[in-house]
Amino acid sequence: MSDQAFNFAYLDEATKRMIRRALLKGIAVPGYQVPFASREMPMPYGWGTGGVQVTAACLTPEDTLKVIDQGADDTTNAVSIRAFFARTAGVETTTRTGEASVIQTRHRIPEEPLVEGQILVYQVPIPEPLRFLEPRESETRKMHALEEYGLMHVKLYEDIARHGEISTAYAYPVRVEGRYVMDPSPIPKFDNPKLSDNPAIQLFGAGREQRIYALPPYTQVVSLDFEDHPFVASKAEHSCDLCGCGTSYLDEVITDDRGGRMFVCSDTDFCETRRAQGHRGRLAPEERT
Amino acid sequence: MKDMGETPLLQVEALSKRYGARIGCADVSFDLWPGEVLGIVGESGSGKSTLLSCLAGQMAPDQGRVLYQGRDTVAMSEPERRVLARTDWAFVHQNPRDGLRMGVSAGGNVGERLMAVGARNYGAIREAATDWLGRVEIEAGRIDDRPRQFSGGMQQRLQIARNLVTAPKLVFMDEPTGGLDVSVQARLLDLLRGLVRDMGLSVILVTHDLAVARLLADRLMVMQGGHVIEHGLTDQVLDDPQAPYTQLLVSSVLQV
Repeated sequence: MSDQAFNFAYLDEATKRMIRRALLKGIAVPGYQVPFASREMPMPYGWGTGGVQVTAACLTPEDTLKVIDQGADDTTNAVSIRAFFARTAGVETTTRTGEASVIQTRHRIPEEPLVEGQILVYQVPIPEPLRFLEPRESETRKMHALEEYGLMHVKLYEDIARHGEISTAYAYPVRVEGRYVMDPSPIPKFDNPKLSDNPAIQLFGAGREQRIYALPPYTQVVSLDFEDHPFVASKAEHSCDLCGCGTSYLDEVITDDRGGRMFVCSDTDFCETRRAQGHRGRLAPEERT
Repeated sequence: MKDMGETPLLQVEALSKRYGARIGCADVSFDLWPGEVLGIVGESGSGKSTLLSCLAGQMAPDQGRVLYQGRDTVAMSEPERRVLARTDWAFVHQNPRDGLRMGVSAGGNVGERLMAVGARNYGAIREAATDWLGRVEIEAGRIDDRPRQFSGGMQQRLQIARNLVTAPKLVFMDEPTGGLDVSVQARLLDLLRGLVRDMGLSVILVTHDLAVARLLADRLMVMQGGHVIEHGLTDQVLDDPQAPYTQLLVSSVLQV
């Protein structure tokens, strides 16, 4: 049921073509930030305008779309964007990672391993990993061009000097194929290892900053670290209280004002699938008999 | 000092830089030998800083050549020049705020050049930073403080440590003691003199303070209106100035 006031997937064909050209360039030069003429979208900056434009440029009528926000399918951002494309593109939507051909994500990579043929679209607030160290865009571009990445380690050095360990927990900088240093968007560093050697195409869109970058399938992505302070993909030291999984990334949920809390999988689809298979965590509701 | 078998570290041939119709510096030529400190003196606007920027590759001269160990730094590509600037060269700014990262701790500031040339061992970087803070007389306990918590003199010493940590061969200094009070200046000069001697640094020192030139420089170049008007050994130039302008400059120093 596509609304006829819109072109397929909202954007006009010329714009989609422009974005696809940027995507192709991004795929050809993994980790390189390609400038593109970001459009005004019917949503505020910071809500995924970059990701939405990339998704719009990738969608075909045969696609099945999944949208997640911090791993969850049922939060405002995810629900709105899913509804947006259901209406403007008329594509099928799903919450199942395995059934989706295009997944737009904010700040997570799904727990279920992705496969060839899938596209993962990231929403990116600030694409430039060197931004908070070097405010001049002209200078950061030069630093990328000349592979002058010493400054990135200064940030990690400061972390260790102040906190005794690399305390950067999200948006953890990575090096792509030994060349470009890239901001993987604010995914937890727990997800960083999944960036590397991933069979899916990974596309990154930053709407306000007007940048697109990409990782083609099976790209080598290495998290930066020191020899004596190696990268650790950390997570909360608990198991999911609903499905009992001990290896997934967890959200901490405050349950009352007396210090009560529970840890649950941030990936809702993963958690539901496990519960459907009969896995039970500490606080899972009793099974009805 | 000079061994005639060696080649000069830096050869400057007929260097000129114009700002439109105005002259920045004109027809400057000299050789700098390893281990030598060359002072460039002259009043404000005489072209000292323009010359220094051209030599350090921060500004492109209009004419002339600058040969560093036989390689033309004007003609070489920017990446090559930037590699030189973070390995063989160092630049000490007059205002430490221009040369330091004010939001990064003292240790991070010193370690940046090491990390820029590939150091990836936190312990080793920290050790080198601690060592260098000691050499410029900053307590090891302040390694994690930000430069803005330091006094002006300490900031300048930190900037020097940050520049010398990779053991450069050639250091450009632009009024390194400007803006510091006299006793702090004296300490800094002492420190610089020791470092220059111990590390065998070659230095191009721009200053308008003749006392600084007298203490540090082996040779002096006097500039006026973009031209070099006198050139010689420091004592010779200061004790027996030939050019009228140099005579004026030397006689204008206030005696206490």
